[in-house]
Amino acid sequence: MKLGVLFSGGKDSVYATYLAMQKEEVSCLISLVSENDESYMFHTPNIHLTSLQAEAMGIPILEYTTQGIEEEELEDLKQAIARAVEQYDIEGIVTGAVLSVYQATRIQKICDALGLWCYNPPLWHIDQDWYMQTLIDEGFVVIVSGVFSAPFDETWLGRRIDHEALRLLRLYAVKYGITLTGEGGELETLVTDAPFSGKIVALTSESVYANYNGRYCIQTAEVRDK
Amino acid sequence: MILLIDLCHRLHSLGEDEFVRPIADIVEACGYQYKICHFTEWERVAGENIEAVILCGTPLKDNRFTEMTECFAWIQESPVPVLGICAGMQALILAYGGSIEENPEIGMTPVRCRVSDDPVFRDNEWTAYELHRFGTVPGGSEFIVLAESDACIQAVRHHTDPIYGGVQFHPEVRNTWVVERFLSTLVSH
Repeated sequence: MKLGVLFSGGKDSVYATYLAMQKEEVSCLISLVSENDESYMFHTPNIHLTSLQAEAMGIPILEYTTQGIEEEELEDLKQAIARAVEQYDIEGIVTGAVLSVYQATRIQKICDALGLWCYNPPLWHIDQDWYMQTLIDEGFVVIVSGVFSAPFDETWLGRRIDHEALRLLRLYAVKYGITLTGEGGELETLVTDAPFSGKIVALTSESVYANYNGRYCIQTAEVRDK
Repeated sequence: MILLIDLCHRLHSLGEDEFVRPIADIVEACGYQYKICHFTEWERVAGENIEAVILCGTPLKDNRFTEMTECFAWIQESPVPVLGICAGMQALILAYGGSIEENPEIGMTPVRCRVSDDPVFRDNEWTAYELHRFGTVPGGSEFIVLAESDACIQAVRHHTDPIYGGVQFHPEVRNTWVVERFLSTLVSH
Protein backbone atom coordinates (compact mmCIF):
# COMPACT_ATOMS: atom_id res chain seq x y z
CA MET A 1 0.00 0.00 0.00
CA LYS A 2 1.33 3.43 -0.95
CA LEU A 3 1.33 5.73 2.07
CA GLY A 4 2.17 9.34 2.83
CA VAL A 5 3.64 10.20 6.22
CA LEU A 6 2.65 13.44 7.94
CA PHE A 7 6.13 14.69 8.59
CA SER A 8 7.39 17.39 10.95
CA GLY A 9 11.02 16.34 11.18
CA GLY A 10 10.68 15.54 14.87
CA LYS A 11 11.36 12.15 16.41
CA ASP A 12 7.78 10.88 16.18
CA SER A 13 7.29 11.42 12.47
CA VAL A 14 10.80 10.18 11.62
CA TYR A 15 10.31 7.02 13.66
CA ALA A 16 6.83 6.55 12.15
CA THR A 17 8.42 6.79 8.71
CA TYR A 18 11.09 4.26 9.67
CA LEU A 19 8.57 1.70 10.91
CA ALA A 20 6.03 2.30 8.13
CA MET A 21 8.78 1.64 5.57
CA GLN A 22 9.24 -1.82 7.07
CA LYS A 23 5.62 -2.81 6.32
CA GLU A 24 4.37 -0.65 3.47
CA GLU A 25 5.61 1.61 0.67
CA VAL A 26 6.20 5.17 1.86
CA SER A 27 5.64 7.15 -1.34
CA CYS A 28 5.99 10.64 0.08
CA LEU A 29 6.34 12.78 3.16
CA ILE A 30 3.80 15.55 3.73
CA SER A 31 4.98 18.60 5.63
CA LEU A 32 2.78 21.50 6.66
CA VAL A 33 4.81 24.64 7.12
CA SER A 34 2.91 26.75 9.65
CA GLU A 35 3.36 30.51 9.71
CA ASN A 36 2.02 30.46 13.28
CA ASP A 37 4.62 29.54 15.94
CA GLU A 38 1.79 28.54 18.30
CA SER A 39 0.16 26.14 15.82
CA TYR A 40 -2.31 23.73 17.46
CA MET A 41 -1.67 20.96 15.00
CA PHE A 42 1.72 21.36 13.47
CA HIS A 43 5.21 21.28 14.86
CA THR A 44 7.08 24.47 13.96
CA PRO A 45 10.77 24.74 15.04
CA ASN A 46 13.05 23.94 12.11
CA ILE A 47 10.15 22.86 9.90
CA HIS A 48 12.16 24.37 7.02
CA LEU A 49 14.61 21.49 7.37
CA THR A 50 12.11 18.80 6.41
CA SER A 51 13.12 19.00 2.75
CA LEU A 52 16.73 18.25 3.72
CA GLN A 53 15.58 15.35 5.89
CA ALA A 54 13.53 14.01 2.98
CA GLU A 55 16.59 14.28 0.74
CA ALA A 56 18.63 12.39 3.34
CA MET A 57 15.99 9.65 3.42
CA GLY A 58 15.56 9.53 -0.35
CA ILE A 59 11.79 10.07 -0.12
CA PRO A 60 9.88 12.79 -2.04
CA ILE A 61 8.30 15.50 0.09
CA LEU A 62 5.22 17.62 -0.45
CA GLU A 63 5.44 20.92 1.45
CA TYR A 64 2.28 22.94 2.01
CA THR A 65 2.15 26.33 3.72
CA THR A 66 -0.57 27.07 6.27
CA GLN A 67 -1.24 30.28 8.18
CA GLY A 68 -1.76 28.09 11.24
CA ILE A 69 -5.14 29.46 12.26
CA GLU A 70 -6.95 26.99 14.51
CA GLU A 71 -9.50 24.87 12.63
CA GLU A 72 -8.61 26.58 9.30
CA GLU A 73 -5.32 24.69 9.35
CA LEU A 74 -7.32 21.48 9.28
CA GLU A 75 -8.67 22.49 5.88
CA ASP A 76 -5.08 23.21 4.83
CA LEU A 77 -4.09 19.73 5.98
CA LYS A 78 -6.92 18.24 3.95
CA GLN A 79 -5.79 20.16 0.88
CA ALA A 80 -2.20 19.03 1.39
CA ILE A 81 -3.24 15.39 1.69
CA ALA A 82 -5.50 15.68 -1.37
CA ARG A 83 -2.56 17.09 -3.32
CA ALA A 84 -0.38 14.17 -2.18
CA VAL A 85 -3.03 11.76 -3.45
CA GLU A 86 -2.90 13.45 -6.85
CA GLN A 87 0.89 13.63 -7.07
CA TYR A 88 1.94 10.35 -5.45
CA ASP A 89 -1.16 8.16 -5.77
CA ILE A 90 -1.15 7.39 -2.06
CA GLU A 91 -3.91 5.26 -0.52
CA GLY A 92 -3.38 6.24 3.08
CA ILE A 93 -1.72 8.40 5.70
CA VAL A 94 0.58 7.59 8.61
CA THR A 95 0.76 9.91 11.59
CA GLY A 96 3.01 10.06 14.61
CA ALA A 97 0.26 11.13 16.97
CA VAL A 98 1.44 9.07 19.98
CA LEU A 99 -0.97 10.09 22.77
CA SER A 100 -2.81 12.98 21.17
CA VAL A 101 -6.46 12.09 20.70
CA TYR A 102 -6.96 15.68 19.50
CA GLN A 103 -4.62 15.16 16.56
CA ALA A 104 -5.62 11.58 15.87
CA THR A 105 -9.33 12.32 15.69
CA ARG A 106 -8.95 15.21 13.29
CA ILE A 107 -6.63 13.35 10.96
CA GLN A 108 -8.91 10.31 11.00
CA LYS A 109 -11.85 12.49 9.96
CA ILE A 110 -9.89 14.08 7.13
CA CYS A 111 -8.78 10.68 5.82
CA ASP A 112 -12.32 9.36 6.12
CA ALA A 113 -13.63 12.30 4.07
CA LEU A 114 -10.98 11.62 1.41
CA GLY A 115 -11.54 7.87 1.41
CA LEU A 116 -8.02 7.15 2.65
CA TRP A 117 -6.57 4.67 5.10
CA CYS A 118 -5.25 6.27 8.27
CA TYR A 119 -2.65 4.72 10.53
CA ASN A 120 -1.74 6.18 13.88
CA PRO A 121 0.83 3.59 14.55
CA PRO A 122 3.47 2.63 15.07
CA LEU A 123 3.49 5.11 17.93
CA TRP A 124 -0.09 5.06 19.11
CA HIS A 125 -0.04 4.53 22.87
CA ILE A 126 3.45 3.14 22.80
CA ASP A 127 5.27 2.75 26.11
CA GLN A 128 7.02 6.12 26.38
CA ASP A 129 10.11 4.93 28.22
CA TRP A 130 10.62 2.00 25.84
CA TYR A 131 10.19 4.34 22.88
CA MET A 132 12.74 6.91 24.04
CA GLN A 133 15.22 4.18 24.93
CA THR A 134 14.71 2.53 21.55
CA LEU A 135 15.40 5.76 19.67
CA ILE A 136 18.75 6.01 21.42
CA ASP A 137 19.62 2.32 21.07
CA GLU A 138 18.75 2.23 17.34
CA GLY A 139 20.95 5.20 16.55
CA PHE A 140 18.50 8.03 16.00
CA VAL A 141 20.17 11.37 16.65
CA VAL A 142 17.36 13.37 18.28
CA ILE A 143 18.10 16.89 19.42
CA VAL A 144 15.92 19.29 21.39
CA SER A 145 14.79 22.07 19.08
CA GLY A 146 12.36 23.79 21.42
CA VAL A 147 11.52 23.91 25.14
CA PHE A 148 8.22 25.25 26.38
CA SER A 149 7.92 24.46 30.09
CA ALA A 150 9.76 24.27 33.41
CA PRO A 151 12.27 22.92 34.31
CA PHE A 152 14.01 23.08 30.94
CA ASP A 153 16.80 25.65 30.94
CA GLU A 154 18.80 27.01 28.01
CA THR A 155 21.28 24.11 28.07
CA TRP A 156 18.57 21.85 26.66
CA LEU A 157 18.41 23.74 23.38
CA GLY A 158 20.32 21.78 20.74
CA ARG A 159 21.06 19.00 23.23
CA ARG A 160 21.07 15.44 21.94
CA ILE A 161 18.72 13.06 23.73
CA ASP A 162 21.21 10.45 24.88
CA HIS A 163 21.22 8.17 27.91
CA GLU A 164 22.06 11.01 30.31
CA ALA A 165 19.37 13.29 28.87
CA LEU A 166 16.83 10.49 29.12
CA ARG A 167 17.82 9.93 32.75
CA LEU A 168 17.06 13.58 33.46
CA LEU A 169 13.80 13.45 31.54
CA ARG A 170 12.70 10.51 33.69
CA LEU A 171 13.44 12.57 36.81
CA TYR A 172 11.55 15.55 35.41
CA ALA A 173 8.59 13.32 34.54
CA VAL A 174 8.33 12.28 38.18
CA LYS A 175 9.07 15.68 39.74
CA TYR A 176 7.37 18.04 37.29
CA GLY A 177 4.84 15.80 35.60
CA ILE A 178 6.17 16.30 32.07
CA THR A 179 5.52 13.63 29.47
CA LEU A 180 8.69 11.71 28.68
CA THR A 181 8.21 12.13 24.96
CA GLY A 182 7.28 15.83 25.06
CA GLU A 183 3.85 14.96 23.71
CA GLY A 184 2.35 17.39 26.21
CA GLY A 185 4.11 20.22 24.38
CA GLU A 186 6.97 20.53 26.88
CA LEU A 187 9.61 20.13 24.20
CA GLU A 188 10.05 19.70 20.48
CA THR A 189 12.69 17.66 18.71
CA LEU A 190 14.57 17.44 15.44
CA VAL A 191 16.17 14.31 14.01
CA THR A 192 19.51 14.92 12.32
CA ASP A 193 20.48 11.29 11.74
CA ALA A 194 18.65 7.99 11.52
CA PRO A 195 19.62 4.39 10.70
CA PHE A 196 17.89 4.54 7.31
CA SER A 197 19.05 7.95 6.12
CA GLY A 198 21.99 10.22 5.50
CA LYS A 199 22.69 12.76 8.19
CA ILE A 200 21.97 16.47 8.47
CA VAL A 201 24.92 18.61 9.51
CA ALA A 202 24.16 22.06 10.91
CA LEU A 203 26.38 24.78 9.46
CA THR A 204 24.92 27.74 11.34
CA SER A 205 22.42 27.88 14.18
CA GLU A 206 21.08 30.14 16.90
CA SER A 207 19.15 29.78 20.15
CA VAL A 208 16.59 32.10 21.68
CA TYR A 209 15.55 31.49 25.29
CA ALA A 210 13.66 33.20 28.12
CA ASN A 211 11.54 31.95 31.03
CA TYR A 212 11.53 28.24 30.21
CA ASN A 213 10.64 29.00 26.63
CA GLY A 214 13.14 28.73 23.84
CA ARG A 215 13.99 27.52 20.40
CA TYR A 216 17.10 26.12 18.77
CA CYS A 217 17.01 26.96 15.10
CA ILE A 218 19.35 25.55 12.48
CA GLN A 219 19.67 28.29 9.91
CA THR A 220 21.79 26.51 7.33
CA ALA A 221 22.58 22.82 7.00
CA GLU A 222 23.57 20.20 4.48
CA VAL A 223 23.06 16.49 3.90
CA ARG A 224 26.07 14.19 4.19
CA ASP A 225 26.33 10.51 3.40
CA LYS A 226 27.51 8.16 6.12
CA MET B 1 -2.20 -17.16 28.32
CA ILE B 2 -4.48 -14.63 26.63
CA LEU B 3 -4.99 -15.03 22.88
CA LEU B 4 -5.16 -11.75 20.99
CA ILE B 5 -6.78 -12.09 17.58
CA ASP B 6 -5.65 -9.60 14.93
CA LEU B 7 -8.58 -8.79 12.63
CA CYS B 8 -6.66 -6.57 10.22
CA HIS B 9 -6.73 -7.27 6.49
CA ARG B 10 -3.39 -9.04 6.45
CA LEU B 11 -0.80 -10.54 8.75
CA HIS B 12 1.69 -8.07 10.31
CA SER B 13 0.02 -4.94 8.96
CA LEU B 14 0.49 -1.49 10.44
CA GLY B 15 -2.95 -2.03 11.98
CA GLU B 16 -1.48 -4.72 14.23
CA ASP B 17 0.77 -2.10 15.80
CA GLU B 18 -2.13 0.27 16.28
CA PHE B 19 -4.89 -2.05 17.45
CA VAL B 20 -3.30 -5.20 18.84
CA ARG B 21 -0.08 -4.12 20.50
CA PRO B 22 -1.74 -1.61 22.89
CA ILE B 23 -4.06 -4.39 24.07
CA ALA B 24 -1.04 -6.66 24.51
CA ASP B 25 0.55 -3.99 26.70
CA ILE B 26 -2.55 -3.87 28.95
CA VAL B 27 -2.68 -7.66 29.15
CA GLU B 28 1.00 -7.83 30.05
CA ALA B 29 0.63 -5.10 32.68
CA CYS B 30 -2.12 -7.21 34.28
CA GLY B 31 0.35 -10.05 34.71
CA TYR B 32 -0.73 -12.26 31.84
CA GLN B 33 1.26 -13.70 29.00
CA TYR B 34 -0.24 -13.32 25.55
CA LYS B 35 -0.03 -14.66 22.04
CA ILE B 36 -1.04 -12.80 18.89
CA CYS B 37 -2.74 -14.68 16.08
CA HIS B 38 -4.21 -13.41 12.80
CA PHE B 39 -7.90 -14.21 12.41
CA THR B 40 -7.24 -16.35 9.34
CA GLU B 41 -4.89 -18.56 11.37
CA TRP B 42 -6.97 -19.17 14.49
CA GLU B 43 -6.79 -22.94 13.98
CA ARG B 44 -3.03 -22.75 14.51
CA VAL B 45 -3.44 -22.03 18.21
CA ALA B 46 -6.52 -24.13 18.92
CA GLY B 47 -5.83 -26.49 21.79
CA GLU B 48 -3.15 -24.34 23.39
CA ASN B 49 -3.51 -23.29 27.02
CA ILE B 50 -5.70 -20.26 26.36
CA GLU B 51 -7.51 -18.62 29.29
CA ALA B 52 -9.39 -15.99 27.31
CA VAL B 53 -9.58 -14.51 23.83
CA ILE B 54 -9.63 -10.84 22.87
CA LEU B 55 -10.68 -9.95 19.32
CA CYS B 56 -8.94 -6.67 18.52
CA GLY B 57 -9.95 -3.70 16.37
CA THR B 58 -9.00 -2.61 12.86
CA PRO B 59 -8.46 0.68 10.99
CA LEU B 60 -11.60 2.52 9.89
CA LYS B 61 -11.30 1.29 6.29
CA ASP B 62 -10.34 -2.25 7.19
CA ASN B 63 -13.49 -4.38 7.14
CA ARG B 64 -12.23 -7.46 5.28
CA PHE B 65 -13.05 -9.58 8.32
CA THR B 66 -16.78 -8.98 7.73
CA GLU B 67 -16.51 -10.94 4.46
CA MET B 68 -14.88 -13.92 6.16
CA THR B 69 -17.32 -14.81 8.91
CA GLU B 70 -16.38 -18.49 8.61
CA CYS B 71 -13.16 -17.56 10.40
CA PHE B 72 -15.20 -16.73 13.51
CA ALA B 73 -17.46 -19.78 13.67
CA TRP B 74 -15.37 -21.10 16.58
CA ILE B 75 -16.59 -18.28 18.86
CA GLN B 76 -19.94 -19.93 19.62
CA GLU B 77 -18.13 -23.03 20.86
CA SER B 78 -15.30 -21.27 22.65
CA PRO B 79 -14.60 -22.89 26.03
CA VAL B 80 -13.03 -19.69 27.34
CA PRO B 81 -14.32 -16.10 27.67
CA VAL B 82 -14.21 -13.89 24.59
CA LEU B 83 -14.06 -10.10 24.51
CA GLY B 84 -14.53 -8.34 21.17
CA ILE B 85 -13.21 -4.82 20.69
CA CYS B 86 -14.74 -2.67 17.91
CA ALA B 87 -14.20 -4.87 14.83
CA GLY B 88 -13.97 -7.72 17.32
CA MET B 89 -17.43 -6.95 18.65
CA GLN B 90 -18.74 -6.83 15.09
CA ALA B 91 -17.18 -10.23 14.37
CA LEU B 92 -18.74 -11.59 17.57
CA ILE B 93 -22.21 -10.37 16.64
CA LEU B 94 -21.85 -11.67 13.07
CA ALA B 95 -20.77 -15.07 14.43
CA TYR B 96 -24.03 -15.26 16.36
CA GLY B 97 -26.15 -14.42 13.33
CA GLY B 98 -26.55 -10.73 14.00
CA SER B 99 -25.68 -8.00 11.54
CA ILE B 100 -23.79 -4.74 11.18
CA GLU B 101 -25.02 -1.48 9.73
CA GLU B 102 -23.25 1.71 8.70
CA ASN B 103 -23.10 3.90 11.79
CA PRO B 104 -19.76 5.71 11.88
CA GLU B 105 -18.28 7.42 14.92
CA ILE B 106 -14.82 9.02 15.18
CA GLY B 107 -13.34 10.57 18.32
CA MET B 108 -14.22 10.93 21.99
CA THR B 109 -17.92 10.20 22.57
CA PRO B 110 -20.17 10.02 25.68
CA VAL B 111 -21.23 6.46 26.53
CA ARG B 112 -23.98 5.58 29.00
CA CYS B 113 -24.26 2.35 30.96
CA ARG B 114 -27.63 0.51 30.86
CA VAL B 115 -27.07 -2.07 33.60
CA SER B 116 -26.02 -2.19 37.24
CA ASP B 117 -24.97 -5.79 37.78
CA ASP B 118 -22.16 -6.31 35.29
CA PRO B 119 -18.64 -7.30 36.41
CA VAL B 120 -17.02 -4.97 33.88
CA PHE B 121 -19.45 -2.07 33.42
CA ARG B 122 -20.06 -0.44 36.79
CA ASP B 123 -19.84 3.27 35.88
CA ASN B 124 -22.88 5.31 34.86
CA GLU B 125 -21.22 7.28 32.06
CA TRP B 126 -17.80 7.76 30.53
CA THR B 127 -16.20 9.21 27.42
CA ALA B 128 -14.82 6.70 24.95
CA TYR B 129 -12.65 6.81 21.83
CA GLU B 130 -14.62 5.68 18.82
CA LEU B 131 -13.26 4.65 15.44
CA HIS B 132 -15.71 2.56 13.46
CA ARG B 133 -17.65 2.53 10.21
CA PHE B 134 -20.25 0.02 11.35
CA GLY B 135 -22.40 -0.47 14.42
CA THR B 136 -23.90 -3.80 15.46
CA VAL B 137 -27.43 -5.18 15.40
CA PRO B 138 -27.50 -8.27 17.63
CA GLY B 139 -29.90 -10.91 16.36
CA GLY B 140 -32.55 -12.42 18.63
CA SER B 141 -32.20 -12.04 22.39
CA GLU B 142 -28.82 -13.66 22.98
CA PHE B 143 -27.08 -10.42 23.87
CA ILE B 144 -27.84 -7.96 26.65
CA VAL B 145 -27.07 -4.34 25.79
CA LEU B 146 -24.78 -2.98 28.48
CA ALA B 147 -24.00 0.49 27.16
CA GLU B 148 -24.96 2.85 24.35
CA SER B 149 -23.91 6.12 22.73
CA ASP B 150 -26.27 8.40 20.84
CA ALA B 151 -25.33 6.58 17.64
CA CYS B 152 -25.23 2.90 18.51
CA ILE B 153 -24.75 0.03 20.95
CA GLN B 154 -21.42 0.34 22.74
CA ALA B 155 -21.22 -2.83 24.81
CA VAL B 156 -22.98 -6.18 24.90
CA ARG B 157 -22.81 -9.32 27.01
CA HIS B 158 -23.94 -12.80 26.03
CA HIS B 159 -26.91 -13.76 28.22
CA THR B 160 -25.52 -17.11 29.31
CA ASP B 161 -22.02 -16.02 30.14
CA PRO B 162 -21.31 -12.68 31.85
CA ILE B 163 -17.79 -12.35 30.52
CA TYR B 164 -18.59 -13.12 26.92
CA GLY B 165 -19.24 -9.97 24.97
CA GLY B 166 -17.87 -6.93 23.23
CA VAL B 167 -17.33 -3.19 23.17
CA GLN B 168 -17.70 -0.94 20.16
CA PHE B 169 -15.31 1.71 21.47
CA HIS B 170 -11.54 1.39 21.89
CA PRO B 171 -10.69 0.79 25.56
CA GLU B 172 -6.96 1.01 24.86
CA VAL B 173 -7.48 4.77 24.58
CA ARG B 174 -8.28 6.20 28.03
CA ASN B 175 -10.49 3.30 29.15
CA THR B 176 -8.06 0.48 29.86
CA TRP B 177 -10.27 -0.50 32.81
CA VAL B 178 -12.47 -2.47 30.40
CA VAL B 179 -9.69 -4.92 29.59
CA GLU B 180 -8.37 -4.89 33.15
CA ARG B 181 -11.79 -5.75 34.64
CA PHE B 182 -12.41 -8.36 31.94
CA LEU B 183 -9.15 -10.06 32.88
CA SER B 184 -9.93 -9.76 36.60
CA THR B 185 -13.03 -11.90 36.06
CA LEU B 186 -10.92 -14.85 34.94
CA VAL B 187 -11.02 -17.29 37.85
CA SER B 188 -7.99 -19.26 36.73
CA HIS B 189 -5.48 -16.45 37.32
